[in-house]
Amino acid sequence: MRIGGILTSAVALAIMASPLAAQELTVVSFGGAYGAAQKKYMIDPYMAASGNKVLFEDYSGGIAEIKAQVEANNIQWDVVDIEVIDLERACSEGLLEVIPRDILPPGDDGVAAIDDFFPEALANECGVGVIFWAVIYAYNSETIQGGTPSTIADFFDTATFPGKRAMRKRAQVNLEWALIADGVAREDVYKVLATDEGQAQAFAKLDTIKDDLVWYDSWSQAPQLLNDGGAVMVQSANGRIFGAIKDDGRPFEMVWDGNVFDLDVWAAVKGTPNKEMAFDFIKFATGTVPLAGMQDVAYGPTRRSGAALVDPAVIKDLPNANIEVGLKADGIFWADFGESLGEKFNEWLLKQG
Amino acid sequence: MQRFPDYFNFSHKAGVYALRLTAGAVLFFLMMPILVIIPLSFNSEPFFTFTEGMLSFEASAYSLRWYRAILENPNWMLAIRNSFIIGFFATIVATSLGTLAAVGLASPEMPFKRVITALLLSPMIVPLIIIAAGMFFFYTRFNLVGTFTGLIIAHAALGVPFVIVTVTATLTGFDHSLFKAGLSLGANPLRVFRDVVLPLIRPGVISGGLFAFVTSFDEVVLVLFLAGPDQRTIPRQMFSGLREQINPTILAVATLLVFVSVLLLLSLELLRRRSERLRGV
Amino acid sequence: MTATTFDDARPVSASPGLTREEAGFARRELNRRRLRAFALVIPLLVFISFAFFAPIATMLHRSVYNPTVVQLIPDTLAKLQSWDGEGRPDDSVLTAMAVDLKRLANNRTSGKLGEALNRGLPGTSSAVKATARKLRQVDDATLAADGAALLLGANDKWASVELWRNVRKTGRTYSDRYFLTALDLERNAEGDVQTREAAQIYVQLYTKTMRIALIITILTMLLGYPLAFVLANAPARTASLLMVMVLLPFWTSLLVRTTAWIALLQTNGVINSVLMGVGVIGEPLEMLFTEFATIVAMTHILLPFMVLPLYSVMKGIDRSYMRAALSLGSSPIPAFIRIYFPMTVPGLSAGALLVFIISVGYYITPALVGGTDGQMISNIIAFHMQQSNNWELAAALGALLLVLIIALYWIYDLLVGADNIKLA
Repeated sequence: MRIGGILTSAVALAIMASPLAAQELTVVSFGGAYGAAQKKYMIDPYMAASGNKVLFEDYSGGIAEIKAQVEANNIQWDVVDIEVIDLERACSEGLLEVIPRDILPPGDDGVAAIDDFFPEALANECGVGVIFWAVIYAYNSETIQGGTPSTIADFFDTATFPGKRAMRKRAQVNLEWALIADGVAREDVYKVLATDEGQAQAFAKLDTIKDDLVWYDSWSQAPQLLNDGGAVMVQSANGRIFGAIKDDGRPFEMVWDGNVFDLDVWAAVKGTPNKEMAFDFIKFATGTVPLAGMQDVAYGPTRRSGAALVDPAVIKDLPNANIEVGLKADGIFWADFGESLGEKFNEWLLKQG
Repeated sequence: MQRFPDYFNFSHKAGVYALRLTAGAVLFFLMMPILVIIPLSFNSEPFFTFTEGMLSFEASAYSLRWYRAILENPNWMLAIRNSFIIGFFATIVATSLGTLAAVGLASPEMPFKRVITALLLSPMIVPLIIIAAGMFFFYTRFNLVGTFTGLIIAHAALGVPFVIVTVTATLTGFDHSLFKAGLSLGANPLRVFRDVVLPLIRPGVISGGLFAFVTSFDEVVLVLFLAGPDQRTIPRQMFSGLREQINPTILAVATLLVFVSVLLLLSLELLRRRSERLRGV
Repeated sequence: MTATTFDDARPVSASPGLTREEAGFARRELNRRRLRAFALVIPLLVFISFAFFAPIATMLHRSVYNPTVVQLIPDTLAKLQSWDGEGRPDDSVLTAMAVDLKRLANNRTSGKLGEALNRGLPGTSSAVKATARKLRQVDDATLAADGAALLLGANDKWASVELWRNVRKTGRTYSDRYFLTALDLERNAEGDVQTREAAQIYVQLYTKTMRIALIITILTMLLGYPLAFVLANAPARTASLLMVMVLLPFWTSLLVRTTAWIALLQTNGVINSVLMGVGVIGEPLEMLFTEFATIVAMTHILLPFMVLPLYSVMKGIDRSYMRAALSLGSSPIPAFIRIYFPMTVPGLSAGALLVFIISVGYYITPALVGGTDGQMISNIIAFHMQQSNNWELAAALGALLLVLIIALYWIYDLLVGADNIKLA
């Protein structure tokens, strides 16, 4: 191949490399079964209805990537599915666009958006609620020994229920659970966790099962660990377990006691060149029907008109139905203590058992 | 049976066999993981391990479904395309600049040779995570994060040391009077370079280029920090697949990549032979 | 290749028997050639400076440079200058803070300030944000007149000395704070360096990283040495065939090899199935996501880096030495230790340093197979880059790692020569 040949192919590749600057919207979410449901009820119908092309990407949460894009003024993502814990921080740091409430569509029953959405779903001006979800734990009914676990305390009781437990490798939720298992009342958890003694208490409780813990990074690993025998009990987002039971027929059981529930919202990245399209997508995706579709993965709708469309058989599996035994994740607490407790948590992990 | 020298007694011979056995075991350790994934990629079940059907060689236990899954998944196809594009341009940049510099470095008159060589080779030694963090901070200022240009520049920088090492190796024993002779005959330096130097060092340049390409093709840390959704590459796709949703599609991709490396190895071997012939070894 | 520095050229200009003109001409000619050689290197030097050295320099700068607080609340910091560090600062400081906070609330950057201050004193973030939100409604005149009281009324944390000390501490553009944190140190109220009271993890992590790297180095030596020996002494045909089995893994994608180890080591993986099938174990062993997995997979990945330099050194050793020793009746082991082994030390040290340097900075394999105990320093740097958003700390940790690597590279260059890196 002579120089000329190389140049020709270089030019050919360069042309291939620059996709025509078509109007494309990049939407980012958490992938797995949840991502599939969003694709089915939000992304695909939106593409069909609007004619716009959507690039649907996965990420694993957090605001670092959004922050990098905004600070570099190089916006890659237009719309992001973001956890409320991160939403507080991202919005106050100016990383997200404020979403005008008047663009939101009324419910299918005609009720205005402001009245139709649950208040939590619109609590932050930068986001519009997509789902109610919860962190629960599940066990494999075929491999569990020692009976039927039913409380958070059982999760920490390795004497009665021997075997490995899997948890997500973050301080969040794990410290709350440790305190609940240690007898702290649910409504006092965050108050206690704000004190040095409370933090020590939580870590001491985690210490009691440290040797039996397996850690994972992303939610999709939870059902896998339960499936391949890596653990007999796993902490999980409720939808992942629901999916494994419903779609793959796995013998898993969910325990709702002490579930930590939260919301995910759609948000638009500050400074996106496709702001209009981003809002247009959010408007579409927060309509009654698309939101109700999230029941496929047992995540609750964030508006009343959507709740009305939920299959009665699924209702008991939705976080909305289990709030009385749950604890609302406190975004403001974690904005304050996320970093310091995260560091303590890492230190604790590294300490040799 | 092997013949041993006369002075070998029983323990000598036993020692030789023990050594060979150890070496065999180490080779097994080296090859086995790579060989294991190939049959696993034909699993008809979504597992990462041998099923009973596979072990009893039932035809139904094997399938091409994971290979089909690659073809049907636009993300994988995009990743494959991106990997080749980025690898190709990074190789061009690294090879051209690296070859030129290697010729300069090989000249006996090159000043500060030791320091400059050490500097130019340092991208090979600095941990990728440090490079990735630094590039992330620096490239954002030039809006290079999330662009093909940024990744090509980054990967070219990683490939440069390999080009320098291989080209310098073929330049050992290169007779610099050839260059002078060319100049004295009235050719301009560029022409001398193209017509005299380049043909002699071509094997080194090509194998350096191959190294540069593989470096880019296999690189994932910089991609994790610098690539946007449009630039995801094969390794990036594998990395997120392994972290999140493990399924045998990754094994199918891995098997394809093993064949790519076999091809590379063969071409390198051919180049080495050619280079030896050229240098009359 | 030999190290040809420009010392070799000196005799030209210093040769006796040349006239001054001839010597001058020779010198000019030499300079011209030097320039020409250098000119060939310039394009690459420029490229590498932009693509590689400037990013590294930026990272180093970032580890001491944190302008956030200074940029956000310049007025407050200016007024805080005169504070003695004891008791609540006077009302002018508080008022300035109130005015600053309102401005931040309006341009949505109060969260940034909260985050920056929270890093020094956990719990500050919500105080800052909540106060900013409240002050946003207050009009400017009221704020200028009554800012201090409004600030204290919004949140009682503003009365705490600790908070103001933290404001002053984080309000410096350049600071060694992150380096101290990276070494598990901190400054106390008096400004003296002391062991950090909060988490102490980084020194431990550096030690652990070095320990893992050392174990991997030793393992590659133990495995690589006999293999290289057999390869170097096998007949040519066999040797080149066996060499393929070393080179193929070497050329195979890092992610492919890591994937392979995941398939082998997982709970229901190949190794556990085999061991249980044979009946060696009754319960599957827990191997994936442990330090063990990190060590095994990295040993596998780095073994060729040990075998190749060893092989090239052994290949050059004349066999007659050993033969002579053995035929003269020496036992193999003493003969090996006293004659053969010393000749292979250059290859062994080259391989060892290379493996050690590479493994100290490893990221991908520990991230995928290491679980919690198998994490190394690179992983925590990535964590601070991508998850905790503490870029300054990531930069400081990276800078320390870089110092370690440069020291090792320097030793390598002294012992082996950087340009002697063998690429099969």
